[in-house]
Amino acid sequence: MDLTKDAAAARETLRTMWTIRRFEEAVDDLFARGLMHGTMHLSIGQEAVPAGACLALREGDYITSTHRGHGHCIARGAELDAMMAELLAKETGYCRGRGGSMHIADVATGNLGANGIVAGGVPIAAGAGLAVKLRGGEQVVVSFFGDGAVNEGAWHEGVNLAAIWDLPVVFVCENNHYGMSMSVGRAFKVQRLAERAAAYGIPGVTVDGNDPQAVHDAVSDAVHRARAGQGPTLVEAVTYRWKGHSKSDKNLYRTREEIESWREQDPIARFERAVAGTLSEVDIAACRDEARDRVREAIRTASAAPDARADSLTDAVYAGSDR
Amino acid sequence: MTAVLDATNTRTLTYAEAVREALGQAMEADERVFLLGEDVGTYGGAFGVTGDLVHRFGEERVRDTPISELGIVGAAVGAALAGMRPIVEIQFSDFTAQAMDQIVNQAAKIHFMLGGAATVPMVLRTPGGSGTGAAAQHSQSLEAWFAHVPGLKVVMPATPADAKGLLLAAIDDPNPVIVLEHKLLYKQSGPVPDGAERVRLGETAVRRTGGDVTIVATGVMVSRALEAAETLASQGIQASVLDPRTLRPLDDQTIVDSVTATGRALLVQEAPKTGGFMAEIAARIVESSAFGHLRAPVARLCGLDVPIPYAPQLERAAVPQVEDIVREASELVNRW
Repeated sequence: MDLTKDAAAARETLRTMWTIRRFEEAVDDLFARGLMHGTMHLSIGQEAVPAGACLALREGDYITSTHRGHGHCIARGAELDAMMAELLAKETGYCRGRGGSMHIADVATGNLGANGIVAGGVPIAAGAGLAVKLRGGEQVVVSFFGDGAVNEGAWHEGVNLAAIWDLPVVFVCENNHYGMSMSVGRAFKVQRLAERAAAYGIPGVTVDGNDPQAVHDAVSDAVHRARAGQGPTLVEAVTYRWKGHSKSDKNLYRTREEIESWREQDPIARFERAVAGTLSEVDIAACRDEARDRVREAIRTASAAPDARADSLTDAVYAGSDR
Repeated sequence: MTAVLDATNTRTLTYAEAVREALGQAMEADERVFLLGEDVGTYGGAFGVTGDLVHRFGEERVRDTPISELGIVGAAVGAALAGMRPIVEIQFSDFTAQAMDQIVNQAAKIHFMLGGAATVPMVLRTPGGSGTGAAAQHSQSLEAWFAHVPGLKVVMPATPADAKGLLLAAIDDPNPVIVLEHKLLYKQSGPVPDGAERVRLGETAVRRTGGDVTIVATGVMVSRALEAAETLASQGIQASVLDPRTLRPLDDQTIVDSVTATGRALLVQEAPKTGGFMAEIAARIVESSAFGHLRAPVARLCGLDVPIPYAPQLERAAVPQVEDIVREASELVNRW
């Protein structure tokens, strides 16, 4: 699918990216003003990856996400109200205030959950793929993770299981250049993280992660292979995290110039230029406004919701508990 | 086949056979149930538990895995989230250390953390315990690790019948259940119903009733406690022997009731004493109304605070034996 030439696809891609951007800017602002508690990890600058990848999926497909998971959640179609309510510690949040930013899942959209453990979702994605295969289904699982995950044992074990059993899993690495402060250059001997695919006998490709079209094309090819029973693929999408790792980050490990050079490659601004022949200025502005309005509405709705209650905590630990 | 088709007959099976029968019945009854683990297929399991199941159910559902414990448990978590009922075998409970993130941070927490939006109905079977000369990395009793984690259920079957009935209940359960089998029990025989009767999780079994002392024991210590109770009876000391069977959920009321009646509690575990599960049971007793009925301090008889050694005489010295239980129980009764 050509995301720049097809007006509907262009609009959807742009809306998704703007929604992620506006949602996270709002979260950043709420936190800075002391209206939001805890911690969160922002994916501003990386929006092209979830937007391009999730457009390759169908209803019924699964994803696993990461601690930096707002974008995946939104791109997969989650409710902004329930996301914002979770971050604002409300009873109406996705996790009823029990999970917060790092544990939002939306089972209705096949989102098996963000994950506070680096690479935690990788073997889980393999397992979801195994469930699909055992049932003889046609669903695909997209497992999102960052560059940091690629050095975790769980990553290697999960990718290997998916590879040896030809499971319908697409491993999407969001290489945003840093695992907290550890740069990819210091953490890897390989030039491209996609080279790791060769160790598992699966295809690996590296694409421009700031271009939703490039991400979409690579993930679509991988999804096609997965649905055809040809097993997993590793897609490395090279992008950049504009904001710090989390709220404690003072950016001591990188230069202002480096951050600025990547801001100039803003995936949203680039995409707006790319779709200029397909969407009018008015159309583009409407996408922006819609994203802004949806986020504002989510904040309004969530703020008015009741706070998460502590009265049923111990009953919530076990499913179907009769004790 | 008897005249009444659904009648349950009881036969003598080994503990390993009882586990295998439960696995087979669960797989027959529910297509979502499948097994995965190292050498569970043609090899039949490191301790022969899965046996011929691969011939009955095929390699897809009795799935050999690479040596990859974290990946195996993670795959089970993912399959469970996606609607299956996976049963993992980890060859030795010691190797769960390789898989702890998926057990503790993922399986145990997902239901709660996601606000109840998802469940992780999986079973992890693994043998623990010493007595086979396998030394420190193949002999531990790690039940306290798992029992400390809200979100896990922890089962320790001590008899062939429980090995089957508790496992069937664990497979039904919508939560992650750790089933800690015991290597020394695999060849022990006992009566096992041929039907698919469940043994409810969270019911302490009273294995023997006596008025002088309550012995609470888990795993292989249950049969040792029963043997000790026979010796004690010949000395005129009547012991009750209680087997909690599941540590989470824990039926502490049955224990409290027994200690209320006897006034003495001897708590026996194979695991090292410090931070062990019997410390939890001791606390439950002294926090309860049984406290006022105690005629003696609550006593614990545990494994030494050492890694399990290799040499047979050293290994034996590291964990409670029948004669140790006899000695401790009679001292408890005679001194107080």
